[in-house]
Amino acid sequence: MWDWSPIRDWLSGQITPYWSTPLLLVVQTAVVMVCLILVMAFYTLAERKVIGWIQSRRGPNRVNLFWVPGLGQPFADVIKLLFKEILIPADASGFLFRLAPFLALVPALAIWAVIPFAPEHAFANIDAGLLYILALTSMGVYGIILAGWAANSKYAFLGAMRSAAQIVAYEIAMGFAMVGVLMAAGSLNIGRIIQAQHGGFLSWNWFWLFPLLLVYFISGVAETNRAPFDVAEGESEIVAGFHVDYSGMAFALFFIAEYVNMILISALTVIFFFGGWLSPLDGYLDDSAWLATPSFFWFGLKTLFPMFTFLWLRATFPRYRYDQIMRLGWKALIPVTLVWLLAEGLMVYFHVGPWKGQL
Amino acid sequence: MQGMRNFLKTFLLWELLQGLWVTLRSMFRPKITINYPEEKTPQSVRFRGLHALRRYPNGEERCIACKLCEAVCPALAITIDSDVSADGTRRTTRYDIDLFKCIFCGFCEEACPVDAIVETRLLEYHMENRGENIMSKDKLLGIGERYEAMIAADRAADARYR
Repeated sequence: MWDWSPIRDWLSGQITPYWSTPLLLVVQTAVVMVCLILVMAFYTLAERKVIGWIQSRRGPNRVNLFWVPGLGQPFADVIKLLFKEILIPADASGFLFRLAPFLALVPALAIWAVIPFAPEHAFANIDAGLLYILALTSMGVYGIILAGWAANSKYAFLGAMRSAAQIVAYEIAMGFAMVGVLMAAGSLNIGRIIQAQHGGFLSWNWFWLFPLLLVYFISGVAETNRAPFDVAEGESEIVAGFHVDYSGMAFALFFIAEYVNMILISALTVIFFFGGWLSPLDGYLDDSAWLATPSFFWFGLKTLFPMFTFLWLRATFPRYRYDQIMRLGWKALIPVTLVWLLAEGLMVYFHVGPWKGQL
Repeated sequence: MQGMRNFLKTFLLWELLQGLWVTLRSMFRPKITINYPEEKTPQSVRFRGLHALRRYPNGEERCIACKLCEAVCPALAITIDSDVSADGTRRTTRYDIDLFKCIFCGFCEEACPVDAIVETRLLEYHMENRGENIMSKDKLLGIGERYEAMIAADRAADARYR
């Protein structure tokens, strides 16, 4: 992504090498977090704009930034939320009520440690990266459950229960979809998963694992509690679900967690099925061409498409009824993944498709 | 066979994709939003906004305190007291319209035999204190004087259809 060695060398000159490595890591983490929060801020604006356009409206266009109408809207929102009082209901469990937003936000941010933004540019290039992702995406739901429970409100509690049941159902389908990716890559390491897809855009996983791509993305939408699976929030039924009693920045933390999770699911979809930082023109252009080399540019560009699809789905579909969500999760997505895993196994066994070299 | 087709349609997300196509197309349609304070929607001459009491060109009040508007008002928003004025004519001593009660139906305007109470095209007004929702006779006459040109032009434009 960037070349850090000048900063590291400068730091080594200033302080002992013992401290310069952790300090550099802190700086890198801060940079990535700030960039992520900025992307998230403009993602909220993009959401309002895109949904506005789809409904023949203009979307926010009053707060100007750099002479672009509406571009300053996220900052106006943040300032407003910062100045609002954080109310804590008298009957709420105070400690858990304060803890819950962090439990929702921290896993959402922590997963980015294993996301490779560009070749050789992940904070932690760990071998069990996929397991780490699975573990931490499930952690996020604790924040939601605790928020709903600690608020001591029936609406919040209903939202939390719905969210819990939904995530249990969709985690399985999501896990199975990841197993398909795992079989294709032969590794749990995220970097390896991407490298296994090298070659032009037809050799990426989406071509051979198309049903798994659909299942993964649909469960991703359900996992982040986004429309049309946003029964945990259920604006029209249970007011705002699990965060009904939160206000000000405490609410904003949930908001940030939700949007960071959406960006994360988009990034993971790209990594698992669209070749991460690989170039789609690899093999079609000369190898030395800039467009054919894997880079952060391709990763960012590709991530924008699933991100847009999140907004597109929200603008298109009405909320599913709860039993429909459960039926879709247990009776449609899980069987589809199982059947496709079998098909993939047969393909691997008979050396069809991209698995010619393996086994 | 029909069941099979329905199953396939559901399974291939056919109708969902159709819906997505509709929304994607509508994203590129021209926007219908009006940038309100800068742009405004066209207004009819019959627009029923803030009330006004009119005067004759010679300065005489039109209102003769017949109380037809008070009688017809479905929201009971109008309160009128009347007395004999110095020149011996029947005049209102009090003419209050409670804007919180008013439903802007325009019946008062229809009922008025002398076109005294009218509803103007003004819609951008606000109140900051309690009691300002009561439009007294002074305020109504003031609005009438200030916007007489517009009121008269609107009445003239609509006269053919009355």
